[in-house]
Amino acid sequence: MAKLILQKPKGFYDSFYRKPGDKENTHYCPGCGHGIIHKLIAEAIEDFGIGDRTIMVSPVGCSVFVYYYFNTGNIQVAHGRAPAVATGIKRANPNSIVISYQGDGDLAAIGGNNILQAANRGEHITVFFVNNAIYGMTGGQLAPTTLPGMKTSTTPYGRDIQNEGPPMKVVELLSSLDGPTYLERTAVMSNASIAKTRKAIRKALQCQIDGLGFSMVEMLSACNSGWKVDPKEQYKWMEEMMLPTFPLGVVKDVREEREGWFRETRTMTDEAIKQELDLTMPEPTIFPSELKKGSYHNPSIKLAGFGGQGILSAGAMLANAGMEQALETSWIPSYGPEMRGGTAYCFVNLSNKPIGSPTVTNPDVLMAFNRPSLEKFEAEVKPGGLLMYDSTIIDIEPTRKDIEVLPVPATQIAEDLGNTRMANTVMVGAYIAQTGIMAPAAIDQTLPLALKRKTMVDANKKALAAGVDYVMSR
Amino acid sequence: MSRILEKPRTVVSPEHCKGCGLCVMACPKDCLMQLATFNSKGYHPSSYKGEGCTGCGMCFYSCPEPAAITVYKKGAEYPDD
Ligand SMILES: Cc1ncc(C[n+]2csc(CCOP(=O)(O)OP(=O)(O)O)c2C)c(N)n1
Ligand code: SF4
Ligand code: SF4
Ligand code: SF4
Ligand SMILES: [Mg+2]
Repeated sequence: MAKLILQKPKGFYDSFYRKPGDKENTHYCPGCGHGIIHKLIAEAIEDFGIGDRTIMVSPVGCSVFVYYYFNTGNIQVAHGRAPAVATGIKRANPNSIVISYQGDGDLAAIGGNNILQAANRGEHITVFFVNNAIYGMTGGQLAPTTLPGMKTSTTPYGRDIQNEGPPMKVVELLSSLDGPTYLERTAVMSNASIAKTRKAIRKALQCQIDGLGFSMVEMLSACNSGWKVDPKEQYKWMEEMMLPTFPLGVVKDVREEREGWFRETRTMTDEAIKQELDLTMPEPTIFPSELKKGSYHNPSIKLAGFGGQGILSAGAMLANAGMEQALETSWIPSYGPEMRGGTAYCFVNLSNKPIGSPTVTNPDVLMAFNRPSLEKFEAEVKPGGLLMYDSTIIDIEPTRKDIEVLPVPATQIAEDLGNTRMANTVMVGAYIAQTGIMAPAAIDQTLPLALKRKTMVDANKKALAAGVDYVMSR
Repeated sequence: MSRILEKPRTVVSPEHCKGCGLCVMACPKDCLMQLATFNSKGYHPSSYKGEGCTGCGMCFYSCPEPAAITVYKKGAEYPDD
């Protein structure tokens, strides 16, 4: 039965609670086509009753905040990558309805290959492609779909097809592939064209619901801010500028010829994966630590200093040894473009439970190898955590009273052993001694993996032992 | 209280309206207008003129804002103010 009241569709959240400030209205400019298209999609989601199994993938562009609005699963992804992420979601959850919502800069420029490959695979997703012939969000730059002669901030004399090439016709391009099932271009520029767009959106979603494969609707849509036209003039502009280049209509529709199918999910046990990859894992040689001084379980560790101080290798020593001791382990580096002298951090997690995220915002343990790192990261250490710093070269003291502080004259100890570059290893030795997290032999065993110069392995074993001794004799 | 409408009507929520005027252009019966008054965001909201609505819904689908326009067709339950 036709609805007696047309009102805010249930595909939208009642209140846009994720949106800062005003939770009732969109963030879009007055008259923006995104808003109209959102409403048509939200209404279809409500009418099809698929809200609970729909996942919207939001792009980068003005519609980056799709997740503010739709009462569905939501994920916002890197520029142009929505088809790839949508692929992953759909394959892992074949019963879900996955919508990739993308602008023309996102889909046709930076994400050009992503959409091509997803379409070619006939991926069972639905793409709503909002073509407003411009980069709206960033202030009106040329897009692949910008029209001949059209002025943008990067084509102040108008798009010159000898210079920028002609506009890219995406649905026509994709229609040359065997993969896609349903491709249509519509417009949002009049009552009749909006009604057609509404229908196309529903066909595209139904295509996915029926397991028929890749569907996409390219929608010509107004960006009055980017075009610098009054909303009341925007549809005239579209008629004059867009329609001659972008003909409307169904470009490909083979729904009748395709048989619906749904992917079976396969889950593999750890054992099956090992077997498949022919991984015969030797039992780790566990060196029980007899160093038990503190009790730091499952630490998140941040190591920070200058590039060239061996920050990343110190982290790698712990991570490699952690793996050998059959701990869950993560190690990720973070450094500036400079080889030496820039900042260098790395994050290490050692745990007897699976690790959620490898990044460390508030570390249990901070090892600061220079003064800027101490100044910058002291405040981030978790209350009750451990802060270690190289007291040879850091001439200030930490001020926190709610954490344990361990100064280690690491550079001095390393110099006494003949090479200041081993201060990192001294610090690692001090750390394992202070916490008892693993035995020195565990690090010794994997040192060759962490060190670039294999000739330095023996010297570093001594540096490690010196770090251990420093703490044990304190 | 609510009542069953004998005639269709459209309601614009002035605080949800951004004054783009698209609904005014969309209405085939010319029964919407933009007000000279401002809403709290500084837009001139649209408003139903009070006569002539057929409940066709075109203004609803032309409007980019989720909650700005509600169309009550003939026979709809209308919340009395
Ligand atoms: C990797 C990356 N490159 C560039 C940008 C800058 N950027 C943000 S939005 C955008 C283009 C958006 O245009 P479009 O996809 O057409 O969306 P619209 O705003 O027009 O809806 C660009 C280039 C970015 N955020 N990330
Ligand atoms: S800049 Fe363009 S696309 Fe972005 S919100 Fe404004 S009108 Fe819409
Ligand atoms: S429902 Fe139709 S007739 Fe009524 S105000 Fe909206 S556009 Fe006009
Ligand atoms: S289309 Fe919507 S936002 Fe624009 S003037 Fe009409 S009611 Fe207001
Ligand atoms: Mg765009």
